[in-house]
This record gives sequence, C-alpha cells and structure tokens, in this order.
Amino acid sequence: MDLTLKIWRQANTNAKGKMVDYKVAGVSPDSSFFEMLDVLNQGIIEEGGDPVAFDHDCREGICGTCSLYINGRPHGPDTGITTCQLHMRKFKTGDTIYIEPWRAKAFPIIKDLIVNRGAFDEIIQAGGYISVNTGGVPDANSIPIPKVDSDTAMDAASCIGCGACVATCKNASAMLFVAAKVSQFAHLPQGKIEAKRRVQNMVATMDELGFGNCSNTYACEQECPKEISVSHIAKMNREFFAAKLIADVKDK
Amino acid sequence: MINLDSRIPEGKMADKWTNYIDHAKLVNPSNKRKLDIIIVGTGLAGASAASSLGEMGYKVKVFCYQDSSRRAHSIAAQGGINAAKNYPNDGDSVYRLFYDTVKGGDYRAREANVYRLAEVSNNIIDQGVAQGIPFARDYGGLLDNRSFGGAQVSRTFYARGQTGQQLLLGAYSALSRSIKNGQVELFARRDMLDVVKIDGRARGIIVRNLVTGELEKHAGHAVVLATGGYGNVFYLSTNAMGSNASPIWQAHKRGAAFANASFVQIHPTCIPVHGDFQSKLTLMSESLRNDGRIWVPKHKKDAEAVQAGKLKPTAIKEEDRDYYLERRYPAFGNLVPRDVASRAAKERCDAGYGVGLGTGLAVYLDFSEAIGRLGKSVVEARYGNLFQMYEKIVDDNPYETPMMIYPAIHYSMGGLWVDYNLMTTIPGLYSIGEANFSDHGANRLGASALMQGLADGYFVLPYTIADYLSDQIHVPRFTGDEKEFNEVLGEVQAKIDKLMNIKGTKTVDSFHKQLGHIMWENVGMARNAEGLNKALVEIPKLREEFWKDVKIPGDTAEFNVELEKAGRVADFLELGELMARDALNRSESCGGHFREESATEEGEAKRDDENFAYVSAWEYKGDNVAQELHKENLTFEAIELVQRNYK
Repeated sequence: MDLTLKIWRQANTNAKGKMVDYKVAGVSPDSSFFEMLDVLNQGIIEEGGDPVAFDHDCREGICGTCSLYINGRPHGPDTGITTCQLHMRKFKTGDTIYIEPWRAKAFPIIKDLIVNRGAFDEIIQAGGYISVNTGGVPDANSIPIPKVDSDTAMDAASCIGCGACVATCKNASAMLFVAAKVSQFAHLPQGKIEAKRRVQNMVATMDELGFGNCSNTYACEQECPKEISVSHIAKMNREFFAAKLIADVKDK
Repeated sequence: MINLDSRIPEGKMADKWTNYIDHAKLVNPSNKRKLDIIIVGTGLAGASAASSLGEMGYKVKVFCYQDSSRRAHSIAAQGGINAAKNYPNDGDSVYRLFYDTVKGGDYRAREANVYRLAEVSNNIIDQGVAQGIPFARDYGGLLDNRSFGGAQVSRTFYARGQTGQQLLLGAYSALSRSIKNGQVELFARRDMLDVVKIDGRARGIIVRNLVTGELEKHAGHAVVLATGGYGNVFYLSTNAMGSNASPIWQAHKRGAAFANASFVQIHPTCIPVHGDFQSKLTLMSESLRNDGRIWVPKHKKDAEAVQAGKLKPTAIKEEDRDYYLERRYPAFGNLVPRDVASRAAKERCDAGYGVGLGTGLAVYLDFSEAIGRLGKSVVEARYGNLFQMYEKIVDDNPYETPMMIYPAIHYSMGGLWVDYNLMTTIPGLYSIGEANFSDHGANRLGASALMQGLADGYFVLPYTIADYLSDQIHVPRFTGDEKEFNEVLGEVQAKIDKLMNIKGTKTVDSFHKQLGHIMWENVGMARNAEGLNKALVEIPKLREEFWKDVKIPGDTAEFNVELEKAGRVADFLELGELMARDALNRSESCGGHFREESATEEGEAKRDDENFAYVSAWEYKGDNVAQELHKENLTFEAIELVQRNYK
C-alpha cells in the first residue's frame, strides 16, 4: 500500500505546531498502524530527520498509552479497539490519512502526537479507590456479591484510561472516565462506605482540571475502545445527586 | 566479593515464614518517617510495595517510564492469579501450590521462597476483593476459579481475560491514595539509568526525565527495583515496547549478582509472526487451553497443503488430526506446563507438520469441540475479548476456524539474585517481582507471575525491608549532593554523550532486530553448545558495531525516543551475551532451558541434579570481560527431586 500521511508536528508544549505531509510506500495490509509509523520513522531517521513522537507501549490494546486521532476519530476508523490494534487493512492504497494528537485543554501536548494525561491520575487520586490498607482484610468470600453487580462493575472497570472519550467529546468532558470508576465501586458493597465522598471529590476535581460538561451526545460511548456504556454516566449522576441531597458534612 | 548467603530462616518449611515474622526487627512509626525508600517500577510489584510501605509511614518515591503508573506491563496479563484457597473443594492446599510451583519450575527454585509465596497467596485475593477488584463470580455470589497449566486443581482466580489489568488497577488505586495522602511521591516519564552507592550500600538512583532530557539525582536509605523482565532482548516478545533491562543491568554492573540469566519462558500460545515489519507478538491467554484443543494434521501431505493455502483446517477429518499434547501427555493433556507445550509445538513444526501459511510455523488451537459441548455463548462469555483481539489482528474468526498459534518469548525467570529478604548482593538494594530470580526456577507456571509480584510487594518486602532499615534509623537523610551522586551522574552523562556522538549510519531498531535474531536462533527454545558459542562470538561483534555505527537523531535535552531506545539496546547487547554464557554453562536441560545434548529418549528435558542443582549467580568483572560464576546450591528438604512427569 502507498499512503500519504498528514501528521501534526509540534516540537514541545510551547512551540507552534503544524500539519506536515509524508509519503510511505510498500506498507503491508497486515501490519498494524504503529508498524506503519515505525516504517515511516525508520525512513525519517535514515534521512537525518526527527522521527514522529507518539505514545505507545503494550501494543495489544490494554495499557491505554496510545492516543491518536486518525481521520477525525480517536483510535481511527475501526470500533472497539485502540490505535495499536488498528491494522492497515482498514485503509486502501492511495489513501490520505490525517493523524493528530488528542486535543483537550486538560491534555497539553508534550511533543508531536504525545499529550500529558496526568489529569486523569489526579482525578483517581481524588477518590478513585477504596480506602483499605494492606493486610487485615476479611476473607474474599465473606461478602457474596450478586453476579450481575460484579459483572456490571467489571464492565466499568475495563476502562484503560486512554482519553478517547475526552478527545472525541466536543466539550472535552471526562464524564465517561470518571463515571466508569464511580460506577465500578458503586456496584460493590466494598465501595459503598465511601460512595458519597468519592463521587463528590472526583467530580469536583474533574471540574477543576478544565474538563468540560456532558451534553449527552454519547460520542464517548461510540469511541470508547472498551465500549463502556454511557449508562455508567447515568449511574454516576444518580450517585452524585444522592450524595448532594443527603449531604453529610462530616463525611466530607 | 559476592556473598550468596540466602539467609533462609531456621525451622521446618511450614514454620519458616511465621518464625521470621515473629522475630523480625521492626522500625517504630516515628522512625519510619525519617527513612526514605526509592522504588523503581509501578507494575504489580512496585505499585503494591510503594502503597504498602507508604501506608506504613515510610517516605516513598516511586518512578516509572510510562506517562502514568497505571500503564506498567503487568496490565497485559490476561488469564489469572493462583491462590491456595481451595474454594472449589478439589484438594488444594498451601503445600500443593508450593509443590506444583517447585515441580513446574523443574526443581531450580529455592524451596523456602516458594513456600512463603504459596502461604501468602490467599492474602492477595482477600486484599484484591477489599480493593474492589471485580473478580469473576458464580450465581451464588462467590468467587469462581479455573484451571491453568501444570496443576490438577482449579486454583486460578480471574477477571474475564483482564486479570492483570484489574489487579494492577487495584494496586494503582491504592498507590493513588498514598500519593494523595502525601506518603508517596510519583515521578512518571523517568528512565532509571544508574544506581548510586555510598560506602557499599545502595543510596539512590540517577534518572532521566524523558520529557526534558534532564538527569536527576534521587536519594534514599534503600532502593527497590521492580522493573520487570528482559524478554525484549529477543526484540520480538509479548513484552511492552518499553519493557527493558537497564535498571537491573546497571545494578548488576554496580555489583548485584545476576542469576539464571538464561531462564526465559517461551509461551506456547501466541499469534504467529507474520512479517519483517513486525514489532511485537501478542499472547493468547493460557486459559484458552482449558477448552481449546491443540492439534496439527496427522499426515504430512495435509500439512503441506495447508501451508500452501490449498486446504482449510475445517476440511481435515477428525481421524486425520493429531492432538499431540493429549497423545503424549494423557494425564495433563492440553494443560501441560508452558515449556512442555512450547517444545511439543516446535517438535511438530520442525518435523514438517506445522500449519503456518508459507512458513509452517503454527499449530491449531481449536474450539469447535468446546462450542459443541458448551454452546457458543458460554465460550464467548469465557474468552470473548481474546477472540476479538485475535480477530482484529489476524482477520479470521476463531469461532469458525481454529486459531493459529506459535510459541513466543514471554517472561524471564532469571533476574537479579536475591536472598530470602529479597535483597540483592548490594546491601540496601532490593529486587521484587519479575526483576528478581527467586520463585519460578527454570519455568514459571501460568497465573503465578501476578501472584509473585503482589506477594513480594504487599506481603513480603514490607516485612523484610525493616530488617535492614532498623539499622539505618540513625543515618541522616541523603540529599543527592554527596560526591558519589555527582560521580555517577557524570558517568551517566558521559555515556549519553558518547552515544549521541557516534553519529553512525544504522538505526537503533536495526541493531535490536539483529540481536533478537541471534538470540532467537541460538539462545531460544532449543539450545546447543555450537549455537551458544556462535552467539558468544556474534553478540560482542554486533555490540562493537553498535558503538561505532548507531545513528541517534535529535538532542539530549529534549524528548528523544531514539536516545531512550539506544540506552536500552546497549544494555540488551551486554545482557544477551550473559544469557548465552549462562546457557552454555548449564549443559543440562531444565524447564524452559532445553539443551539438545541433554534429552531423554522421548525428547523430554533431562535434568542433571548431580551437577546442576544450583542457582548460577554471575558477578560483573568489567566491560568486555566475562562474568565470574558463583553458585548457590539448592537443597530440597520438603520435596524429593524427581524427573518431571506430566504423562
């Protein structure tokens, strides 16, 4: 396959970026999208240029490191996958492919296609956990959990923190990311003890970090590589309003 | 001079750990606040250790090369985690888990460490549930189990095909809480480039900030390396692209013995290699062998027709299929340990019965019998995400056509030598998780890596590190301005400058690929003296060429991916040589280390307990000088040494 690539190049956070054109030839349709970029970069290095910087690590769709906006869609044209699972057979020879970074105020660009998603970590630090120390916990089977609750918690917990939901949202909202964690714990007895404090703190932190509001377009669910349902947002909203209604000042 | 005192506690096997805890030295809460601990790596071992030590009151600094501590490669573990809970009432016990692990490791692990691992395994499951990890449950609301290779009981807990992800996110959430509470400070996008010793003790590290390129000095009373394995020395492996050996390798060069370097695990069920451009191999979880049956055609003409693309597997009749694992190992069948399954696949493919299109390098993993027995929906519930992953990569539907799989490099059992306390031969330097050598011998059983990483981090290191730190309470905080820090910083800077000034003609990746090729051909699934000697000539030659001709673009003081990779490959080029030397020294076969010269008549690995019942611990002697071999003799008191048998 022969392709034209239009790639966002930006030297660092403060530099001005622009789209730059590249040609790659002889790409195998069986190669992954990153293997195609590897070929491009080897060529750039051999010619004495600066290779395109992009985030990637596990290359099997689970670490959440990769983050490319391809032809106007996070993780490209296929659904239910990350960029590293995208294969070139989804394109045709002669295609022009636009490759851009996630664009959101809360995710500043570090270089080229790499952004800083530290804001997600800050949101988790605000309450995305159950406060147990190591040791001194009850036997794992001492509290039975209905399978349906456990399965729903697992659906939510499969979030990989890639940020596609934010990237695709016209408001750059992090609602699906936050809701996935809130909903996971809200479905488990272990998570109920801190439920009110958790949802309030996580939502407040999300707002402080510059993420936008949710306007129910459901683009996040559409683009989530793990296909996490917006029903978790509904669950979070219920948790949030319940926490507000029964405001427990001491608990805060 | 290296001292290999394993410091195994006195007493009967079942009492050692309890005795240890009863008599271990402690550090009181007010002193813990005065002690700094550095932890490198945020996988299962590093994250669990950091959060646990932070909760105890130590001041912890934790480092990772990824953009977030949640992305460490533990996250990719799929199938499950072992524990001796015996919830299924099928006869499991701590002793049986211990026994299976020692046997699975082909009697090359240290008994006392493995027994402790089995003892604390149950605590991990309890901890995970308390953290809100959504393990699989049955309709009664209790936890579900499945089977993994090398065991005849069902002791594996799982969270769909994403067990590693869920356990890591559990540890990550605990770590996030410790960060919020100010007990732990996180430094992301940092590559650890060296260890700093003061008066012979590990007192800090030098890291490179990957965003700015700046070198930083970080000091502490103790340093813990939880940096994972070194499978990427083979270039193609199931490891993450960034997984590297540099932290443990630099520690080795500063005096930490490197143990059993040649013991790497080749996982039998990975998606086969499909082209020169390939960057990475993808694992298909061992759990698939619970229901999938492995086979190749019984007749060579069928295999050749498949390789030529003229015959579909579904057109091969049942009686013309060779379910070779069930045939050779009726007792364990498709659930033999990984090393046995990998070698059996290689044997069939080498004999011409493989089914890879054009290459012959693949075997079938077939679910048609399971789909017939259980129905498609049950199979989908159990393995759906793995089937989807396979389909996205290969563009073929495994519900209809059998999967094609082939062995690939997956895990390193070898690593830094540690004593019972998990301390290396450098006082104050610890190594936990895959980065150490201690628990898996010559072969790791499935679902045991998660168990070991979390055992080390949650339940072992927090106890054993106090044994060292209790003597350190009068040692004032280090600042990083001590002359030793500046000396090491200078050496690191000089190495970076040297790399940048080569300005050669070949890319880092091209050297890495060449090294991987040498390793796979000569230090891979089957090894012999001739190939290993060849590797010992070729690797130093390639290393010399690397240092003359590598091309690294860009600058040091910026985000520079090629420079990061160059440092890692430079270290792989040294480690690869040690692996070959270790494999050459060990002329027996054991576990994943198969020496063709040492096989039974049936082609099974033949151990030589008389001459090789030891851990090889290599001492660094200087650049381009062969390491010196030291031996820790393994004694077996709880388990009798016998030839492994899964028939």
